Amino acid sequence: MTSFHESEMIALKDVCFSYADRPILNGIDLTIKRGEIIAIMGGSGGGKTTLLGLIAGRLKPQSGSVLVNGFEVPKLRQTELYGLRRKIGMLFQFGALFTDLNVFDNVAFPYREQTNLPEEMIRTLVLLKLEAVGLRGAKDLMPAELSGGMARRVALARAVALDPSVMLYDEPFTGLDPISVGIIGRLIKRLNRALGMTSVIVTHDLNETLRLVDRVVVLSQGKIHRDMAPEEIRSTDDPFIRQFADGLPDGPVPFHYPGRDYWSELMGQ
Amino acid sequence: MNRSRFDFAVGLFVAIGLLAMAFMALKVGNLAGFDSGSGYAIEARFDNIGGLKVRAPVKSAGVVVGRVESIGLDAETYEARVLLRIYPNYRFSKDTIASILTSGLLGEQYVGLESGGDPVYLGAGDRLGKTQSAMILEKLISQFLFSKAAETPAKAP
Amino acid sequence: MSAYFIRLISTLGHLVTSRIDRLGLVARFAGLLLVSLRIALGRLSLIFREVYFSGVRSLSIVAVSGLFVGMVLAVQGYEVLQRYGSAESLGVIVALSLVRELGPVVTALLFAGRASSAVTAEIGLMRATEQLAAMDMMAVDPISRVVAPRFLAAVFSMPFLAAIFSTAGVIGAWIIGVKLIGIDDGAFWSQMQANVDVRIDVLNGLVKSIVFGTSVGLISVFEGYFAAPTAEGIATATTRTVVISSLSVLLLDLLLTVMMFRGLS
Repeated sequence: MTSFHESEMIALKDVCFSYADRPILNGIDLTIKRGEIIAIMGGSGGGKTTLLGLIAGRLKPQSGSVLVNGFEVPKLRQTELYGLRRKIGMLFQFGALFTDLNVFDNVAFPYREQTNLPEEMIRTLVLLKLEAVGLRGAKDLMPAELSGGMARRVALARAVALDPSVMLYDEPFTGLDPISVGIIGRLIKRLNRALGMTSVIVTHDLNETLRLVDRVVVLSQGKIHRDMAPEEIRSTDDPFIRQFADGLPDGPVPFHYPGRDYWSELMGQ
Repeated sequence: MNRSRFDFAVGLFVAIGLLAMAFMALKVGNLAGFDSGSGYAIEARFDNIGGLKVRAPVKSAGVVVGRVESIGLDAETYEARVLLRIYPNYRFSKDTIASILTSGLLGEQYVGLESGGDPVYLGAGDRLGKTQSAMILEKLISQFLFSKAAETPAKAP
Repeated sequence: MSAYFIRLISTLGHLVTSRIDRLGLVARFAGLLLVSLRIALGRLSLIFREVYFSGVRSLSIVAVSGLFVGMVLAVQGYEVLQRYGSAESLGVIVALSLVRELGPVVTALLFAGRASSAVTAEIGLMRATEQLAAMDMMAVDPISRVVAPRFLAAVFSMPFLAAIFSTAGVIGAWIIGVKLIGIDDGAFWSQMQANVDVRIDVLNGLVKSIVFGTSVGLISVFEGYFAAPTAEGIATATTRTVVISSLSVLLLDLLLTVMMFRGLS
């Protein structure tokens, strides 16, 4: 049995995962303490979102153990998993709001599905959460009428509705204007402190992320490449991180997709 | 919430649907008199039933009074055994004659009952004494031809 | 030459195995769906909502189609029947065609095109936009919350719609036959009543439509649930729903007809 410390919220031990025969993660060891905000970074297709899926129990690893709040996630049965998920909130890349419900009903959804609270109390709670993300006035709008940033904030309000102890963010800044990025970033930090959550953020957005996280984990080729504090990222001379941070087209991550030799392909040999 | 709107529309939908089903049961079909379980069965034997089918109507004076329930062959006498289910509100005398008739020239075949004068009524399981078999077109034609041939001997030289 | 044959044979093999794979997936999915029905049945308001979108919204197209089909049957049937001097049998012909076959079958085909395709697209889009994943993360099972109510709505709506179709058809035939052509009103109805059996014809027709509802409903939610999360994937899934539903309805109709009416004549 894997050892479990009270201070550890999430612990991954030697986790391997592959789709069919394409390896995605290859021996990941990662421990996240309660109350921590950590960022997972890395190139596209590097297994960042897969890592979130493993923590949430949406994917099962081929080997290794995933402990969340002391539960061995891959071994849980459906009902136990759902019990655990009531303590986990997740913000999806584009919000994933229910398009047939308005803003109010979207945020009310977790209360209506998971609790037996009376409708007046649900109303109060929903307005409270919407106020926290600054969108109480938009409660009657449909998701289609919201801007990308507003949709993300409503989704955030919905994700934290049941006051989870773990929040997972899948690319929370993608496709947003700088103002919205700032707002979402600040909300993530504020909610984390206010609700005492543990947050895991999968992201490409270096600038915003470095401002709010305690730790950055860089994934590369299915392994943890580096695990460091945000200040170190700015100063490190690791070529992979430099390429990532400075947006260089070529480097350890090659510009060219692997193929045959250019010259011989052109000559048709 | 729009719940009341859905409830009302669905309620209306179900009501219209039930109405349509009732229409089919009562107006298109005839649920009232055609309960296949009710009534009593009597047996009739025919030399030949022609094209009579199960569920064909049993009529008396043109009124449907029952249905053909089953058709079988008596293995010893080689007669057709036809079970008729008569609706409970009709009664027929013991000496009723059953015959197989055709509606129209080529229409479907049915069983016709002609009540006699016997004061005793037929009960469940009784057998009809007198029957008249179906008219078989081929037999009629050949009979006709033979009699014609017999009437006019050696017309040709 | 032999390489060509090997490729031909393996293409054939792939065709068969991939179909069987998919059938296995359908069976597993149907199992999950069956298990979740109990939970779904506990929340009737969710089912009513889907009955509204699938059934109630299909009402007008079904009723109008039924009316027209009945009218056409009357015109065509009369044309043939009056040659044999039995125009009064028009009601029988039309009612039997509608109640036994056209009611359940055409309704199911219309339902597949009108409602099931929309269900497939909706579920497919919910998957593509991660709404199903979000629901799953909120510890709400998408199969019992999203899939099962839509499936049940199809099973529930179909017999009502089929009955409405047949009724509209009989009324259409009555308008043409009695009101326009001038067949005797009494003969029209009495012949119909004498020859349409409630148990054998009407009830079997309703049984058919429930079977079709089950099949069309299952196909639509399955195709939506496993649609590739792209525009093309959803388009393909919607097309598949209509095509496979229609074929399955016609095939099931053949099987059911053979089973139901075998012993009768």
